[in-house]
Amino acid sequence: MSDLFRVEGLSKQFGGLAVSRDISLSLPEGERLALIGPNGAGKTTFVNLVTGQLKPSAGRVFLNGQDVTGLGAVQRVRRGLVRTFQVTRLFSEMTPEEHVTLTILQREGRANRVFARFRGDSAVGGEVEGILATLGLLDVARRRVGEIAYGQQRLLEIAIALALKPKVLLLDEPAAGVPSTDTPRIERALEQLPPSLAVLMIEHDMDLVFRFARRVVVLAAGEVIFQGLPAEVAADDRVREAYLGSYAHARRVA
Amino acid sequence: MQTLAQTQPVAMPQPKRAWWRDIVGVALIAAVGLAGYWLFPDNLALLTRVIAMALLALSIDLLVGYCGIATLGQAALFGAGAYAAGIACVNGITEPFTLVLIGAVAGSLAGLVMGVVMLRASHGLPQLVLSIAIVQLFHEAANKASAWTGGSDGLAGLSPAALFGVFEFDLWGRTAYLFGLGLLLTVFIVLKFVVRSPFGMLCRGIKEDPVRVGAMGAFVFPVLLKMFMISGSVAGIGGALAAISTQVVGLDSVSFELSANALVMLVLGGIGTLYGALVGTVIFMGFEHVVSSINPFHWMTLVGVLLIVMVLFAPRGLTGLMETYTGLKLGKRGGRA
Ligand SMILES: Nc1ncnc2c1ncn2[C@@H]1O[C@H](COP(=O)(O)OP(=O)(O)OP(=O)(O)O)[C@@H](O)[C@H]1O
Ligand SMILES: [Mg+2]
Repeated sequence: MSDLFRVEGLSKQFGGLAVSRDISLSLPEGERLALIGPNGAGKTTFVNLVTGQLKPSAGRVFLNGQDVTGLGAVQRVRRGLVRTFQVTRLFSEMTPEEHVTLTILQREGRANRVFARFRGDSAVGGEVEGILATLGLLDVARRRVGEIAYGQQRLLEIAIALALKPKVLLLDEPAAGVPSTDTPRIERALEQLPPSLAVLMIEHDMDLVFRFARRVVVLAAGEVIFQGLPAEVAADDRVREAYLGSYAHARRVA
Repeated sequence: MQTLAQTQPVAMPQPKRAWWRDIVGVALIAAVGLAGYWLFPDNLALLTRVIAMALLALSIDLLVGYCGIATLGQAALFGAGAYAAGIACVNGITEPFTLVLIGAVAGSLAGLVMGVVMLRASHGLPQLVLSIAIVQLFHEAANKASAWTGGSDGLAGLSPAALFGVFEFDLWGRTAYLFGLGLLLTVFIVLKFVVRSPFGMLCRGIKEDPVRVGAMGAFVFPVLLKMFMISGSVAGIGGALAAISTQVVGLDSVSFELSANALVMLVLGGIGTLYGALVGTVIFMGFEHVVSSINPFHWMTLVGVLLIVMVLFAPRGLTGLMETYTGLKLGKRGGRA
């Protein structure tokens, strides 16, 4: 019951297609969990269900012991449940600095102010600079996002999430599209997170998974087929079968 | 999070100062406005009308250019301001600034109503249809409430008091024009601050991706509603100015046609810079005046041709063309160009 974050029996059908099937898992404070699974296994759908972008067909989501299933996506963010997007969702005309500044102002309840300067607060400016520095984005801080490299846009996704000071952080393939020379930046950013924060990371890069995760959950065809230690996952028969493909795609509801 | 700052001591490149551009811009608007006063002393009524329309186009830019909300019903807000100021004026409230304030408040309340209805729909086309429906309803309401509005005869007999108690609204329209120019400059400067405020940045974000804004933890609806009210107050000031300067308010001030024309002017000038609204209005109404005095039919044809050319070859409007050919940026656009 003391879990920071818990889902129970989460299910989702699109038409007749079951994309999530009775998923239950929980993250205690400080958890570092990797959620892996073949393409189309329903990992992103899971995140969408948890954060309120999608409505589940069944199941509940708890944050700090409170049922948040009935809350909208914004309310969940405000309670500390924060995600990044697998396909970046950024404002192409704005700069990284503006993204992070706007996020911090929002976190402090000041983003709705009409008679205030956007860049007026030096404390905010310092925090923005710190976050951008961690992710190596300082030299592109004042370029339009539409002009910077895709890998840098992925890092900005993480910067925005960090700026919200989350309690539970869901990272949807943070390293996909990031050049391998820059993945250490992601790891360093993750290492510097407050230890009490619970992180769930979806990732295909197994090296990263093994360095990051204390626990691994494998999803296949919308179902949790493995939960355990990173060291055990490769030896599991169902996991191997899933990755060979016979199990990879969502099945029709029987 | 405190430890992050020490990771890399490299400083961000300094921000480019955009302020001088806007100071020059505002000075230019003032200069052009005053030049109009000296050059066309016989056409000040028309020029005042241009200013009122420019305020209407500016109010549309706030929605279209900064929030991505298309509207063909903005005259509902303009008309609300015009009728409110007009009705107040014939009932004894004649101080010009008070009338403008009444127009702004009425416009922003109308904006609130319009926003609540239009934001029920989440996409462009249903919103557009709702905006047309609303302006038609306002039009009908103004027509039916003839005891207040004069119905199809219009509301006549406004006699606003002298400006600052000194300058009478004269027959040549000098006072009205300079009053209008002052209002336009004030509104423009205020709006430049608004679109650069945290709120303005949030609006630009919503324009491009409301889901991302939600994932940042910000509610979209109240932000957009606020912009509807700000936009309504700007349109309402335009309406009040029209009422004060012409001393009549007619049903045409709450018409679909007026809404559509103002949108065309904005698109002509370019959305999302505020400057475009002014440039488009001046050019559109200037051409209209010249060409329609030769042959009204030619004017409609010309508008059609002009629009097609603009949309096909210069989708960012005249200010966009200017930016391309001079390399001068007029200000950050509200979203993707
Ligand atoms: N809105 C939707 N409507 C119908 N089907 C959908 C929808 N969203 C996802 N799906 C289907 O659900 C399944 C799971 O998709 P999801 O994006 O969650 O997979 P994933 O595990 O994140 O895959 P990847 O590793 O490629 O990111 C896929 O078969 C997909 O086609
Ligand atoms: Mg995915």
